[in-house]
Amino acid sequence: MAWTFPGSSEPPRLRQRLSRLPAWPVYPLAVLPVIWLFWQGATGRIGIEPVEAVEHRLGLWALWALLAGLAVTPLRRLAGLNLMRFRRAIGLVAFFYLCCHLLTWAVLDVQGLAAAWADIVRRPYVTVGMAGLLLLLPLAATSWNGAIRRMGGRAWRRLHRLVYPAVLLGAVHFVMLRKGWQLEPLLYLGLAIVLIAARFLPTGKRSSPNR
Amino acid sequence: AAALDAVESKYSTNAEPNTLEEITGYCNFYEFGTDKGDPARHAGQMTTDPWSVEIGGLVEKPGRYDLADVLKGQSLEERIYRLRCVEAWSMVVPWIGFQLSGLLERVGVQPSAKYVAFETLYRPEEMPGTRRPVIPWPYVEGLRLDEAMNPLTILATGLYGEELPAPNGAPIRLVVPWKYGFKSIKSVVKITLTEDQPPATWNMVNPREYGFYSNVNPEVDHPRWSQAEERRVGGGFFAAKIPTQKFNGYGQYVASLYDGMDLSRQF
Repeated sequence: MAWTFPGSSEPPRLRQRLSRLPAWPVYPLAVLPVIWLFWQGATGRIGIEPVEAVEHRLGLWALWALLAGLAVTPLRRLAGLNLMRFRRAIGLVAFFYLCCHLLTWAVLDVQGLAAAWADIVRRPYVTVGMAGLLLLLPLAATSWNGAIRRMGGRAWRRLHRLVYPAVLLGAVHFVMLRKGWQLEPLLYLGLAIVLIAARFLPTGKRSSPNR
Repeated sequence: AAALDAVESKYSTNAEPNTLEEITGYCNFYEFGTDKGDPARHAGQMTTDPWSVEIGGLVEKPGRYDLADVLKGQSLEERIYRLRCVEAWSMVVPWIGFQLSGLLERVGVQPSAKYVAFETLYRPEEMPGTRRPVIPWPYVEGLRLDEAMNPLTILATGLYGEELPAPNGAPIRLVVPWKYGFKSIKSVVKITLTEDQPPATWNMVNPREYGFYSNVNPEVDHPRWSQAEERRVGGGFFAAKIPTQKFNGYGQYVASLYDGMDLSRQF
């Protein structure tokens, strides 16, 4: 399987333990907080403006997951920690959070598909966020083993580089929707840039074909 | 907070006011942070007693007025006003205050004055949000003199029958109910009568998004979102939005101030 890469430098025991950990629990563990979040929103347990709180938190969680996914390769190459077996789950969780974020925005916030579409077309920060989500669509659609086999590892990896512009668009979306130049979204944008740039650093070893 | 006596006002709305928890727990006061909950978390640090307001510019009796002196001779009224934030949420707030016109008449406005400029306290040691340049400090705002003299325009010193809570701009703030909330500058330390249009913080930060007038207007969208509707805070998860009214529903009192102006250009 071309998309898993054995780590080479982490301590053998940690590597063994990680390799025994299954990736599947990531999915239920990631869905539970969303159920919890919506329950809190619907029952008035999440602050004074529940729609805003739920919508913003889902967006933030998606950004966290995307950044975590981007951190996998630098962690392996620079820290010798191999979390590659979790990367597909992390990416799909990010996509799931984004879909929840979009639905919350369209149904509970903007309240209507016509109004949502008007915002997507007319409001740059919405356009930017939506573009980021659309870029992730083919990635989610080709996240199963059969897709990798059919496309071939090289084409699949090339396609999945779309995650770089997608994360950057997501972080820019965050910067744009705040009033004034606020520190928090700028830090996330900076982190995204660093994590993407880290892939293109020379490693000293043979150049890695796997980014 | 100490209780305040206030008489009812014909300008009050019959709408159900938001709870004190909503009003103090969900507001913008960037001097204490950009999160809506930050003012409730941090504004308690602000020293509001003693407090003085420097009144100057084109007035007959300029000077630094102690808060008690600012209030002297002004009768307090309860004004239950709708508040429409530029971010498309709204509340109903039972302010206690007095008409700004009363204070301006007392200090004497010179004939050449055309505008009133306001300034918020800027005290970084008590205002953690001001330690970073999110927006230029101190926060400043301004009104045209006829807007300032309108009977709807008040200086509020209380809320729900008590002294104004710190997150809402203690001890004294402006309330201009037909304009977006950011015009209603908080924790006022300076009032200056001027001949020229004074600077206004959000207008300086982004003139394309925030005009000097910033009258509530469902027909003029913010570039980043629609202003046609608003979320009434406190409605919960499934509450429908409500239509925004021109001049926030106060058109009968203020529309004539803007006769002959193109409000989509002078927004």
